[in-house]
Amino acid sequence: MSKKSYRQALNEAMRQEMERDPRVIIMGEDIAGGTGTDGDQDAWGGPMGVTKGLRPQFGPDRVLDTHLAEISFVGAAAGAAATGLRPIVELMFVDFMGVCFDQIFNQAAKFRYMFGGKAVTPLVVRTMYGAGFRAASQHSQCLYPMFTHIPGLKVALPSNPYEAKGLLIQAIRDDDPVIFFEHKALYDMEGEVPDEPYAIPFGEANVTREGDDVTIVAFGRMVNFANEAADNLAKQGITCTVVDPRTTSPLDTETILETVAETGRLVVVDEAHPRCSMASDVAGLVAENAFDALKAPIRLVTAPHAPVPFSSVLEDLYIPGVDKIEAAVHTVMQHGRKEAAE
Amino acid sequence: MASGLQLSRQELAAAYRRMRLIREFEEAVHQEFAAGNIPGFVHLYAGEEGSGVGVCMHLDDRDAIASTHRGHGHCIAKGCDIDGMMLEIFGRKDGLCGGKGGSMHIADLSKGMLGANGIVGAGAPLACGAALTAKTLGTGGVAVCFYGDGASNQGAVLESYNLAKIWNLPIVFVAEDNGYAESTGSGWSVGGSQSGRANGFGLPSKEVDGHDFFAVYEASGEAIERARNGGGPSLLHVRLNRFFGHFEGDAMTYRLPEEVPNLRANLDPIALFRQRVVEASLIPADELDAIDREAVAAVEHSVRLAKSSAPPTAADLMTDVYVSY
Repeated sequence: MSKKSYRQALNEAMRQEMERDPRVIIMGEDIAGGTGTDGDQDAWGGPMGVTKGLRPQFGPDRVLDTHLAEISFVGAAAGAAATGLRPIVELMFVDFMGVCFDQIFNQAAKFRYMFGGKAVTPLVVRTMYGAGFRAASQHSQCLYPMFTHIPGLKVALPSNPYEAKGLLIQAIRDDDPVIFFEHKALYDMEGEVPDEPYAIPFGEANVTREGDDVTIVAFGRMVNFANEAADNLAKQGITCTVVDPRTTSPLDTETILETVAETGRLVVVDEAHPRCSMASDVAGLVAENAFDALKAPIRLVTAPHAPVPFSSVLEDLYIPGVDKIEAAVHTVMQHGRKEAAE
Repeated sequence: MASGLQLSRQELAAAYRRMRLIREFEEAVHQEFAAGNIPGFVHLYAGEEGSGVGVCMHLDDRDAIASTHRGHGHCIAKGCDIDGMMLEIFGRKDGLCGGKGGSMHIADLSKGMLGANGIVGAGAPLACGAALTAKTLGTGGVAVCFYGDGASNQGAVLESYNLAKIWNLPIVFVAEDNGYAESTGSGWSVGGSQSGRANGFGLPSKEVDGHDFFAVYEASGEAIERARNGGGPSLLHVRLNRFFGHFEGDAMTYRLPEEVPNLRANLDPIALFRQRVVEASLIPADELDAIDREAVAAVEHSVRLAKSSAPPTAADLMTDVYVSY
């Protein structure tokens, strides 16, 4: 166990899995960087340096720079997965799914079902998401709800370095296609990460705070905001249970429903847009299955139904923050009290 | 170089058998669809047999093909079981894909048949992936990507030329140009030429008469050998014709009334093959007649089987979505 960044945790996961299994390869734009130049052949190690050092160790046949054309190389990863490799392909920004979504949702996601259970597609699509980098509308979206919607895909959203390593190792060992979402604001986040390989099973939520008053279900980066909000609220005498589902597909519905049954109040925090989001999905789940446990209407804390803005003033307003989570918790706590007092 | 006329009598008979099976299969699907026994969409390969069989004669189970919505012929050419295929097209539980794929997604990965595809052009990146697997694992296998003139305008296909080139993948792109992208003429819809496009990406190319099995066999043999020996990707532009519409039910008003009868009379790849081997005394006519009868019987058997087989049950709806979930 030692302190590692989210970036280092991801790098270590790939390195250890590539050492373990020669069928694991990685590919993507600038995944090494420098191919076709006279300079450094590991020039970038990915746009955020996550794959740095893998090419010198594993060579150009297992660490493949691609051309800048996502349909073909994401599709090639799907085809390679269906024929015996275990590719990790990097889709640099998840926004670029607009270019290559067909290969993911019409092809890789559906092979197993369409081919009557005879296909195995151990594909990992690593991709960067989220706002906060002043990167504007085409490099800042969340989009995990769109992948979660597709049967055949699994979707993982690690919220810290420990989760990043364990979930990525599971993704690589998993025999189904996995879309692995890395929040761009988390790469420098540090935490304790075991040195040895470990896999965190999909579909098992992590309860990061335990409390009696409100359940906060949060996704990806928002788990950290929810924890901070819960810690602030605890000082005010309101205790929250914070649930990090870790994966949106499969989704650990059991833990969500159990914790809501205990607290009777729910706030869902999702950096994605509100419509057809994980927030609305979890709200629907609880409304359908735990209605009688609820003491207050469910509150959703999400980004607005607007593209991600560029200006820092606007982007800061756009991202769901700790203050909004705390306000939502106060709202659900106050429900019914006013009427009772009158 | 592989010359078709140097094929053994056994190999020639095998090629004829596969072409004949495809034809009988497609004629039967045509009739059964018209009779209302087959649900969904079907797109028939009849008339194009010389291409699929000419190419796949060079392939074995190490090799992978990506196919199209017009995929039955590629399946049979690659060795898929016709009973399993017919059951699949009828939507039966014991079909090749458990009745979950149907005509547009028919596949048999154990035979290197990576699937028909409902998305035009989508097979090209997948075939690149299969070629990457063969190259990375050193299996000696190659990938062949079949696609039509319509698909040749898709970005997925053009990107795949480039990826195959820069990664030096063992792949052959086979553009089956039947002159129509659905109802639109390829002379109008394809800018430039298939060969010119390939050459633009640095891929060698060859144009070949798809009605001539031997020409396809020879040209594809050269391309596949190049790929297998590390010489990289190339393109084959196969000009051919389909005897049916884009889909079953297509009234084909974009074709002149005499077009298909003329094609059937003069440019039937199976009849041309037969004429050639009989005239060269490579196979006697009565042996070919016997193959014809076997093909008819085999397809009739598959239809009988399909009609009497059980459909999937409610329990099958939610299986095969994931390996584990």
